[in-house]
Amino acid sequence: METIGVIDYGMGNLHSLAKSLERVAGNQRIFISYDTTALLECDRLVLPGVGGVRACMDELRRLELDQMVIEAARKRPLLGVCLGMQVLLEHSDENGGVNTLGLIPGSVVRFPDPPPETEPGLRHERLKVPHMGWNQVRQSRAHPIWAGVPDNSWFYFVHSYYAAPQNPQHTLGTAEYVQTFAAAVVRDNIVGFQFHPEKSHDVGLRLLANFANWNGDGG
Amino acid sequence: MLAKRVIPCLDIDAGRVVKGVRFEELRDAGDPVEVARRYDQQGADELVFLDITASADERPTLFRTVEAVAREIYIPLTVGGGVRTCADVRALLSAGADKVSINTAAVLNPDFVSEAAERYGVQCIVVAIDAKRVKPRKKDAEEPPRWHVYTHGGRKSAGIDAIEWARTMVEKGAGELLVTSMDRDGTKVGYDLELLRAISDTVPVPVVASGGVGTLEHLYQGINEGGADAVLAASIFHNGVYTVEQAKQYLAERGVRVRL
Repeated sequence: METIGVIDYGMGNLHSLAKSLERVAGNQRIFISYDTTALLECDRLVLPGVGGVRACMDELRRLELDQMVIEAARKRPLLGVCLGMQVLLEHSDENGGVNTLGLIPGSVVRFPDPPPETEPGLRHERLKVPHMGWNQVRQSRAHPIWAGVPDNSWFYFVHSYYAAPQNPQHTLGTAEYVQTFAAAVVRDNIVGFQFHPEKSHDVGLRLLANFANWNGDGG
Repeated sequence: MLAKRVIPCLDIDAGRVVKGVRFEELRDAGDPVEVARRYDQQGADELVFLDITASADERPTLFRTVEAVAREIYIPLTVGGGVRTCADVRALLSAGADKVSINTAAVLNPDFVSEAAERYGVQCIVVAIDAKRVKPRKKDAEEPPRWHVYTHGGRKSAGIDAIEWARTMVEKGAGELLVTSMDRDGTKVGYDLELLRAISDTVPVPVVASGGVGTLEHLYQGINEGGADAVLAASIFHNGVYTVEQAKQYLAERGVRVRL
């Protein structure tokens, strides 16, 4: 029996992600843990995460999960979700600047603050930060992870920072908010979603099912 | 681009959905999982559960309800009512809530909001502001409108200016504000659009409009005139007057971007 390991480092809410995986993972086991040895034996790994990037990296380092993730990412399919996706890059501007796992070249930057109100007629167009709610994701290229997911499907986002991969090949999907940004990233056997597939209805579950069946090819 | 959200709100009492006007004449309106599933199928963008259970002993019932709903429904779920401590926040998130809504406890101790936001992230901290218009001092005076914050389910005035409070709460770490007009709640005459506009223009975070919806036009006004990022309603959906799908179709026809 194959196992999907969900990395538990005490940051926020991994329960809904684990529950969604259980729903779609067929006969695979969902294993929630912070034990590096046990996690390294899993067939696939999921790195969730909400909250601030500094606390996230501090916890990953304290539990020696940072090295485990880097080690696992050499061969196993790895999925980062939300903050778990952002830390896949090299650096984040959040919390005054934090170095992250560096599995995908590039950095994580903040959406510009909403401009002050100028033209009353345009008031309802004002953009808020965090980017919170449903937005459409345009698939940058074909990939097994998109199987059965229509282009421009709606996904649920909550974030104030976004990933800017250096190499355009590492952008798997984009969304529009203030500007075009990477909503999904990929590098070899690693994928990351800025949105929450576990909160994105049927298309979100489909993505998770695709990851559960993914062998890491096609990136 | 980001869509405007339509959010049905469910009042929960001891594990059941109830409905009533301003806490009066509460009537059983079904099983939370079934009601949540119905709204989910109609295309609700999120769900808000407001726990109005009088007895604190019944708290485990709420957790069971949240767990049961989170197992079935794969859209964001906000839970509010009686959230007083970080332990409460953690328990609700663990049960499957995606956001928690804080009201009275924020007024009693504003630092609770920063503590919770720091620990669990601003994305899951919603501050609910129950606001009521302050009567002008002189009847003929041309005063700009003012609102005061209310707590304890709208029964107690905190004596705080609502717009100032909105600003403070965002500084403390609120990732979203749920703004309810106590003057309009249950009246079906529409949102307090001036209140929504005043808060929406003041804060950089999303604002959810609440209190007073009786027609689909009111939802449109909340977005277009009030500047809200999401519109919340209870009775028009519970009473079967409109489905969430009809509400979103209507908004789309009026040029509002929604997830259909």
